Amino acid sequence: MAQAALGRPDRKVIPGTPVFDGTQAIKGYALNAMCYSFNDPANREAFKADPEGYMKKYGLNDEQTTAVKSLNVLAMLRAGGNVYYLAKLAGIYKLNVQDLGAQQTGKSLEEFKAMLLAYGAN
Amino acid sequence: MARIIGGYFTSHVPGIGLAIAKGLKQDAYWRPFFDGLVPVQNWLNEKKPDVAIVFYNDHGLNFFLDTMPLFAVGAADVYHNDDEGWGLPVQQSFQGHPKLSWHIIECLVEDEFDVATCQKMKVDHAVVVPFQLAYPDAASWPVKIIPIAINTVQHPLPSAKRCLALGRAVRKALETWGGDEKIVVMGTGGLSHQLEGERAGFINKDYDLFCLDNLGPHPEALTQHSPVEIVELSGSQGVEILNWIAARGALGLANPLQKHRNYHIPISNTAAATLLLEPAA
Repeated sequence: MAQAALGRPDRKVIPGTPVFDGTQAIKGYALNAMCYSFNDPANREAFKADPEGYMKKYGLNDEQTTAVKSLNVLAMLRAGGNVYYLAKLAGIYKLNVQDLGAQQTGKSLEEFKAMLLAYGAN
Repeated sequence: MARIIGGYFTSHVPGIGLAIAKGLKQDAYWRPFFDGLVPVQNWLNEKKPDVAIVFYNDHGLNFFLDTMPLFAVGAADVYHNDDEGWGLPVQQSFQGHPKLSWHIIECLVEDEFDVATCQKMKVDHAVVVPFQLAYPDAASWPVKIIPIAINTVQHPLPSAKRCLALGRAVRKALETWGGDEKIVVMGTGGLSHQLEGERAGFINKDYDLFCLDNLGPHPEALTQHSPVEIVELSGSQGVEILNWIAARGALGLANPLQKHRNYHIPISNTAAATLLLEPAA
């Protein structure tokens, strides 16, 4: 994910590693605020009942709405999502951090888990 | 004078809490991690600290991006855990020690750490999981806590050097406290892991071992990297090592005794570690 234009211009770019900084915090505020609301089970139910209406209530822009509807984590990150808050959205869909990792790396869940196990093997 | 009797450091991955809830502690996948906590449990049973000062990071239970302090010190009577949104069972609340909290706050600000103060503060898995590991099956937590939250969520993050100095300032504050509590300091989180981006699942065993080898004897070695450099070396969430560095600072300048250490890859997406240090006599 290209980060060169974001945040401090002298900030090191780490391939495949978004750095959530002020630029992303501004961009993602509505999306992250919605996700923060999911700490409350009543809000999770309200989202499940009417995702479009709930996103509208929090003022998500088109990019964020599309990313959420497609459950595309990399697109949500590009739209300013912060993974700590996005994890609460993922929880609604019963997705854990390994499911998210598999999706973002283009691997199957089994391949992603095998990659982690391989780190421990040597 | 209050005494710091040790430092307990551990990963705090939510998956640990879920594994406990599902009764998987002796499952082949989890056992190498859970077995690494037994020496910590025995040590705590023997030493019986009264207060735990917990350096941790909030993951969006208490703090949102509307107001994000770099350092926040708890000053509450009671700290509640709560629903984080993805199924972790809510655990029992913690008793606080507001008088000691305010003493630490006074001393930190005098030392030019401009901390946020929290008379209400929910504590998430980063506080709860280490206690579930330390005191398994406890009906109520046997220690009071003072949580100190370090922002690892939104850059810019505080530097490792500053976190080490924060811990040292907490130690200095305890030296002027009139009570005679036995205190354990805790650093939670890490080690290397990354949840987001195309590099999700990144683990760096070499950097983790560098941290485990140097945290006790040479904590300054861990301050050579900026937070963004730590992200590169250790993954986006590996930067939680800042909590460990702050807790290490509270153990004092002398080389502490390593009582126990465990390192295991992986649990969930994380290289997990547990470390127990006792301050030099």
